Amino acid sequence: MGMDLRQPIGILFLSYGLILLVYGLARPHPVLDLNVNAIWGVVLVLFGSAMLTLAWRARG
Amino acid sequence: MHVELIDILIIALYGVVVLGIGFALRGRMQNSGDFLLAGRHIPAWTAGLAFLSANLGAQEMIGMAASGAKYGILTSHFYWVGAIPAMVFVGVFMMPFYYGSRARSVPEYLKLRYDEKTRAFNALTFAVMTVFSSGISMYAMGALLSLLLGWNMHACIIISAVVVLCYIALGGLTSAIYNEVLQFFLIVFGFAPVVYLGLREIGGWEGLTARVPASFVHSWTGMASPNTNPLGVEWFGLLMGLGFVLSFGYWCTDFLVVQRAMAADSMNAARRTPLIAAVPKMLFPFLVIVPGIIALALTLHPTGGAPLLPTAAGGGYDYNMALPMMMSRYYPAGLLGLGLTALLASFMSGMAGNVTAFNTVWTYDLYQSYLVRGASDTHYLRVGRVTTVVGTLISIGTAYLAMRFNNIMDMLQLVFSFVNAPLFATFLLGMFWRRATGHGAFWGLVSGTLAAAGHYELTGVAGGGSLLAKIAVVHVYPSDMAQNFWGAIWAWTVCFVMTIVVSLATAPKPAEELKGLVFGLTPKPADDRLAWYLRPAILGVLVLLGTAALNLIFW
Repeated sequence: MGMDLRQPIGILFLSYGLILLVYGLARPHPVLDLNVNAIWGVVLVLFGSAMLTLAWRARG
Repeated sequence: MHVELIDILIIALYGVVVLGIGFALRGRMQNSGDFLLAGRHIPAWTAGLAFLSANLGAQEMIGMAASGAKYGILTSHFYWVGAIPAMVFVGVFMMPFYYGSRARSVPEYLKLRYDEKTRAFNALTFAVMTVFSSGISMYAMGALLSLLLGWNMHACIIISAVVVLCYIALGGLTSAIYNEVLQFFLIVFGFAPVVYLGLREIGGWEGLTARVPASFVHSWTGMASPNTNPLGVEWFGLLMGLGFVLSFGYWCTDFLVVQRAMAADSMNAARRTPLIAAVPKMLFPFLVIVPGIIALALTLHPTGGAPLLPTAAGGGYDYNMALPMMMSRYYPAGLLGLGLTALLASFMSGMAGNVTAFNTVWTYDLYQSYLVRGASDTHYLRVGRVTTVVGTLISIGTAYLAMRFNNIMDMLQLVFSFVNAPLFATFLLGMFWRRATGHGAFWGLVSGTLAAAGHYELTGVAGGGSLLAKIAVVHVYPSDMAQNFWGAIWAWTVCFVMTIVVSLATAPKPAEELKGLVFGLTPKPADDRLAWYLRPAILGVLVLLGTAALNLIFW
């Protein structure tokens, strides 16, 4: 069916990661001394990029 | 819980991506098979994650955290006993018959293996159950969101129904499956921080065990007798009732989940689908049950301030608030949006799963079989699309029914549980005993269902009320769960015995007609030349070993 699901997953989580990262840095709201928005933003950026990379590689 | 603009933005972005997937798939829906069966083009990992998510409605998420707070790590029995073994069984042993028969649905398999009346019985009860459970989960979502966020319940129900309707009407089963995979990742990334932050606050697993009763962190220690564990069930009822009858009945015969594996792109992918799903399923207790236990720890021993869980109206804690309270404790604006999106996604895909399964069963097993036979495929594609609309409308209707008549819904769910309990006996005999006949299967199912109802009518629960009037109480169980598990055991046994007795008295189908449907008349899938990680039997053993290890660790 030609559609690589990793692409929309990558786009969604990369966007979420960037939103959380920027928002966390701009308006820090520490929870138990952690800037959870920024930290989790980085994790989501990494996951989203990994998915997009896999999708691009598969396309050749 | 306070929602800010950024949270709304995160939720809205999810809606845009979901609808985008629907539009991208629209042009690919050429025939009814594309729409209702995803064209059997789904790769194994996608089907596997969808297989897992189809069962992870938000009621399940909220409910598992609630049970974690109420029963502790014992809740993991619903995963390690009540899911994994059945998932391995359906992948390794049953999928060759489901996928190999080319049946388009579980009821259609029953038609091929047994006869028309057995299919009709299964298709009808399944269709009715799916629209009701979809409505009940919509109502649950509306009620939760209005309670937590003060949103308008009607708006929540209508908006989510419209989104689901759009993406299924556009992309059919493929759309639903893709969305379930998205939901899987949203749940993982949306709830993992709750677990980490909770454990960080109370001092890790040691801190947790120090704050809750010992029975909450040991899954088997108290299972010798119903009096020594909070579930009120002993090991035999748990293993046979939950681990065998209910679990195999659900994971091996419920078309909602089996449909995901039937959509896979090859026999091997179909067999690996439940096995791939079993790996995250095995680890999910840490994500969905542990937050509940932490919530209890923070209620019994608050770290400052009030206990975490609010008190329920009838006394005791309001366990259903475990997950929402944990989210509002740890999530600032931003992360909260992600957590809420995960909840919303589970609600929507729970509903979408029901609607897509309803579509297929209605279009192929009821409409094409009994109403309009032999029409063109374009006709059935159109029927599938219309059914999406009708199915969603009926679900909205049942959501409002649930809102008005809470008791009726509880009663219906009870009646449905009678229907589900004996089913696995019918499939087990059908797939592994070629002598089983259509008459045997049908009367076995009917008598098994009656046995479940009869068991409920003749037994009671200590200190509990009852939804239906009792004929007589000949046995009192220590808990609802014990009654439920033992009722399932009775229903299964009656169905099993009755099917055998009636089958022996009636004429069997000729072996010719059973090729591809029954063990011994179906060529075994050749796995020998595959890499070890593609062989279902090896994967199944690995999954079972992992599950056994987890049980030992938390013994």
